[in-house]
Amino acid sequence: MNKILILFAHPRFEKSKTNRALLKNIEQRQGVTLNDLYEQYPDFNIDVDREKELLLAHQIIIWHHPLYMYSAPALLKQWIDLVLEYGWAHGKDGDFLKNKIIFNAITAGGTREVYAPGGYNRFTIKEFLVPFEQTATLCKMIYLPPFAVQGTHLLTGETLQHHVALYSALLDRLVAGDFDIEAMKKVEYLNDWLLPETGLAKP
Amino acid sequence: MSNIFLHDALIYLAAAVVFVPIAKKLGMGSVLGYLLGGIIIGPFFLGFIGQEGKDIMHFAEFGVVMMLFLIGLELEPSNFWRMRNLILGTGSVQLCTTTVLIFAVFLFIGFSWQAALACGLALAMSSTAIVMQTLREKGLTRTESGKSSFAVLLFQDIAVIPILALLPLLAFSAVHAPATGNATLLSGQPGWAQTLTLLGAVGLVILSGRFVIVPFLRFIARIHLRELFTAAALLIVIGTAYIMMLVGLSPALGTFLAGVVLANSEFRHELESDIEPFKGILLGLFFISVGASINFSLIVNNPLKIVALVCGIIVIKASVLFLTGKLSRLSFDQNLLFTLGLAQVGEFAFVLFSFSHQLNILSTQWTDMMMGVTAISMTVTPLLLLANERFIFPRFGTKEKEEKEADDIDVHNPVIIAGFGHFGSTLGRFLRANGINATILDNDSDRVDLLRKMGFKVFYGDATRVDILKSAGADEARVLIAAIDSPETNYDLVEKTKKLFPHLTIMVRARSRLDAYELIDMGVKDIYRESLDTSVRLGIDVLIKLGIRKYSATRAGQNFIKYDEAAMYQLAPHRHDQDTYIFNTREQIQLQEQLLTNDREVNPTLNDHAWDSDLVVNKFADDGSEH
Repeated sequence: MNKILILFAHPRFEKSKTNRALLKNIEQRQGVTLNDLYEQYPDFNIDVDREKELLLAHQIIIWHHPLYMYSAPALLKQWIDLVLEYGWAHGKDGDFLKNKIIFNAITAGGTREVYAPGGYNRFTIKEFLVPFEQTATLCKMIYLPPFAVQGTHLLTGETLQHHVALYSALLDRLVAGDFDIEAMKKVEYLNDWLLPETGLAKP
Repeated sequence: MSNIFLHDALIYLAAAVVFVPIAKKLGMGSVLGYLLGGIIIGPFFLGFIGQEGKDIMHFAEFGVVMMLFLIGLELEPSNFWRMRNLILGTGSVQLCTTTVLIFAVFLFIGFSWQAALACGLALAMSSTAIVMQTLREKGLTRTESGKSSFAVLLFQDIAVIPILALLPLLAFSAVHAPATGNATLLSGQPGWAQTLTLLGAVGLVILSGRFVIVPFLRFIARIHLRELFTAAALLIVIGTAYIMMLVGLSPALGTFLAGVVLANSEFRHELESDIEPFKGILLGLFFISVGASINFSLIVNNPLKIVALVCGIIVIKASVLFLTGKLSRLSFDQNLLFTLGLAQVGEFAFVLFSFSHQLNILSTQWTDMMMGVTAISMTVTPLLLLANERFIFPRFGTKEKEEKEADDIDVHNPVIIAGFGHFGSTLGRFLRANGINATILDNDSDRVDLLRKMGFKVFYGDATRVDILKSAGADEARVLIAAIDSPETNYDLVEKTKKLFPHLTIMVRARSRLDAYELIDMGVKDIYRESLDTSVRLGIDVLIKLGIRKYSATRAGQNFIKYDEAAMYQLAPHRHDQDTYIFNTREQIQLQEQLLTNDREVNPTLNDHAWDSDLVVNKFADDGSEH
């Protein structure tokens, strides 16, 4: 059984309908640890030792955050800068995170269509997440495509429930070890990897 | 102090101490316990007290007087205004309909219309003492039926004033001064003059409450002697009652008015908790004497008549109440509670009957009979409620869950701040700025006065008194903040709160580290040393003034606080290791020494190498040298 660490960063969690739905009852799940960064470090004073211990205790890490100005909220960047130390996560003797799996789970206001070369945002989500991908690579981790809930402003209750079910299925399969990394790497979004295999039809 | 007094006190107190716990154990409530105790020690059973029970009843009526003072105190004008529809609506429907029905019945029996009207008015009254006590004991004051009951009782209690004023107008001949011996200003006056005197007395109470009593209490409070304040509170109640007696009015109504006038003053909670214990004992005494005064020979001689009267009156009252409850849309079981709860004849009936008797409206025989009926009906109420609870509710009831609505008689805030000095006031302002209302307790009457002028909800009182905490809503609140200047008082408060209100989260201001250790020993989780954050903030600014970048200085401060708090919890248990007694100052020095050594070993700030790229640079330098 794999253990998942969700590094969740949302400065206004109480206002986010989508993220509240995605993370509902998450604490009760077997094998999943929620690390609510803005609740844990309201003063941005991250306890590096605590974070390192958490990372070591889990095999799969999720950077779960809304996409703000094409990147993560400030505290998650603070976390990356402080916790992924030279000599521990990367660089000389920095092998502590080697071969751990990591990916971004994001929520974004814009739909999938506007994140495209010809679209309003001009770049794909994958392109915007390149710094995360390279950070993971630097730390010798396995970086997977993102799980994304997009068009959050337009979400109806039903489609939101669809995304919730997908995220839940993703966590289940990751915990159970029921996945093939190579197959996952081929898709653009983990959502697409889940759809045909789980039988969860897109509404 | 005479033997007789001690003898009587012994019997009454023993009756209370013996019968109330038994009644409570049997699930009957304290009122029934007192009443039964009274019946059993009364002249018809054990005979410990004889006819002098009547005198004791007069004395014990003072419990009713105090109760009405307290009810008045709870009636802030704003609350009254919020409940005006309920009070005026249900109250007037109940009182008028009941009076008219009983009037008709008594007229039919053959009473004169004056006597029938007097009886109707008297019998329409319900017992505030019994009902409020019972509701409070069962925790029902906040239910719909509780609110309706309170409204009806309040309307009745207020209505007694005009009724007493009008009764003299019904008298056949007011010239016949009642031969009771206690001549009052009212006796011997024509009806209109009596009415006028009454209105004058009411005006006097209201005016003196506002312009004499409040300044007087402020003066007393500034002397900072607790027992003096209690004495002043009693003086107000007894003084008002005395003046009312002097003009021949019901003292209960006078004190009720005085209570209403003082309800808006900052001394409300302090007065409440000072009078409360006296009220409790005297009310118990009152119930005992009601029980003892039931004339069983009257029942034995005319059993049918008495039973018919009691049943008839209760049936009439109950049906009117049930309809009233329907009109104010009470659910079935709430209505049942309301109906059965208020179906008895109340203590004001004693007053009204004896007044009617004095005015020769009612014959002596009937007055005695009616007094008996009143006492019996009062005894029956707790039994009816018990029957309702045991037999009717389980079958028909859908027990309404107690809902605490925001617009109840007394809105309780989620936070209580004890101590509103420089620490508590900053805290209170911060909370208020964020929309959190706090109930504030402070025992400096000048400050309370000032803060109230500024619109804060501040109460004057010693926060370590359990009764004051209760009236400030400690039962309902979620957080209690102990922000009192004196550490000893804070300890005291923490200790009491932990014991009596275990559900409350206690957050405590600690003056010093030693103070904090004391609190850790007491099991407090949330401790805030007033010296810590401020001095570290100053320290951060020192670093900045010396040229260190602000964010680095800020991080150094954050880390220092974190380290220092961890160290506090770590060192707290070890300070008891010394078996020898150490003086406070020596302990301080030793503590400092310990801390300074620790700081050197684990420097909380110098190890901060976040964003430090020297290591990486060195790596590249190494790489460079290798290649």
